[in-house]
Amino acid sequence: MNESLLRELVPAVIGVLVRRGADFASAEDAVQEALIRALQNWPDDPPRDPKAWLVAVAWRRFLDAARAEASRRGRELAVEVEPPAGPAPVTDDTLRLYFLCAHPTLPPSSAVALTLRAVGGLTTRQIAAAYLVPEATMAQRISRAKRRIAGQPLDRPGDLGTVLRVLYLVFNEGYSGDVDLAAEAIRLTRQLVALTDEPEVAGLLALMLLHHARRASRTGAGGRLVPLGEQDRSRWDTCLISEGVTVLQTALARDRLGEYQAQAAIAALHADAPTTAETDWVQIVEWYDELLALTGSPVVRLNRAVAVGEADGPQAGLAALAGVDPDLPRYAAVAAHMYERAGDLGHAAELYADASRAATSVPERDHLTREAARVRQRLRP
Amino acid sequence: MRYLLLKHYRGGPTPTVDFAPMDQWTPAEVDAHIQFMRDFATRLEGTGEFVEGQALAPEGAFVRYDGEGRPPVTDGPFAETKDLIAGWMVIDVESWDRAVQLAGELSAAPGPRGEPIYEWLEVRPFLTEAPTVAE
Repeated sequence: MNESLLRELVPAVIGVLVRRGADFASAEDAVQEALIRALQNWPDDPPRDPKAWLVAVAWRRFLDAARAEASRRGRELAVEVEPPAGPAPVTDDTLRLYFLCAHPTLPPSSAVALTLRAVGGLTTRQIAAAYLVPEATMAQRISRAKRRIAGQPLDRPGDLGTVLRVLYLVFNEGYSGDVDLAAEAIRLTRQLVALTDEPEVAGLLALMLLHHARRASRTGAGGRLVPLGEQDRSRWDTCLISEGVTVLQTALARDRLGEYQAQAAIAALHADAPTTAETDWVQIVEWYDELLALTGSPVVRLNRAVAVGEADGPQAGLAALAGVDPDLPRYAAVAAHMYERAGDLGHAAELYADASRAATSVPERDHLTREAARVRQRLRP
Repeated sequence: MRYLLLKHYRGGPTPTVDFAPMDQWTPAEVDAHIQFMRDFATRLEGTGEFVEGQALAPEGAFVRYDGEGRPPVTDGPFAETKDLIAGWMVIDVESWDRAVQLAGELSAAPGPRGEPIYEWLEVRPFLTEAPTVAE
């Protein structure tokens, strides 16, 4: 049995413990301990029924901890006997865990950590490594999050919007440590699609698949960032693209458009184009109009200006940029690109240099410095 | 022994070579510089001496307490005249001499026309935990 199959069992096992009377926080701790033991023991001594093994070990852990706590307080233990296993379906348990872990009262970083542990079945150590913080810090973040949602009922539908935002955050974190967070986000979103009947969940899955398909082409030699226009499109993963497009089409057919479906539609149009020049920019602008109507987001307004520039030329792009907040990250980079295409190289070089100083990541900073250098070279006689 | 190699955007002793900002180099010169930095870190990973490296954005501010019930006072963005840290590399090496040797090599990163930029790097030893055997 491999690690990912083991991890898939985690939310269901938490659900079993909760139905037996454990509170969520203690159940989740007990399952985490059982998970760590499974990771240590199963390679040499695999159980016949993995889920039953996890339930048994986690339940024992829970009882030990509950007894210790009860004796510390001088009280009787309330949950001692196993109630009969009810007919509650596993899928509902898992879905409720998504809602609880992404509870709107939690700060995003806590919701992300708790979701990865309780729904994703990752260990605290793996989550800490992925987010580059000490394990003790991550353990505290998770404990605090659980205290914050203590007493929240586990049997009510929650806010799907915050769940999707949490999964989107995990996906965007990409890759560091031994856990591929983008792949993990896709797995969790795929699972959520099976548990819900909401086209926006499928829209988010399609968006992730279509972006994941381009991953290999996004970084060049020495870790340098390769922008969309320069990517080697033969390296795009056509299987992921066709899956993403199929998922998106099914979602769009439901005729309940939302922001993730609209973003996925834009990603699908890029995936469909053999080159930047052959991209259907006019349709992309239309999707950005939809997206802007749905979200009113300033970042969408900026991206729309990029698409307008490609569809109708740099002057139209600069006109569209006039209505965008210049304090946005990437504003200077977008303006630089348009001024370069409009032939104003001096202005473009200055803006690329400004953009590199405002960059929020090293690959982005290096890329923009290189762009400034490239435009300045064109300026020299 | 751990040492911090501190890189400054500005501040420190007077530069030996007054080179143009990086965005005014040629793209090939920019690439060569970035590659040198990456290769340096990779080499130190190979020798077991690299601990970590981080880069800082140029913006930010000084902040201090301003008394009970009052919001903190900020001073910033940083004035043009102030020292400004650009990033650091932490190395774990056998001696001060080795730390100085490595800082010297890092300072030879190529700039315009492939010439070394002779950049000043600050080298600082970390204070350690108290040793187990004290006498």
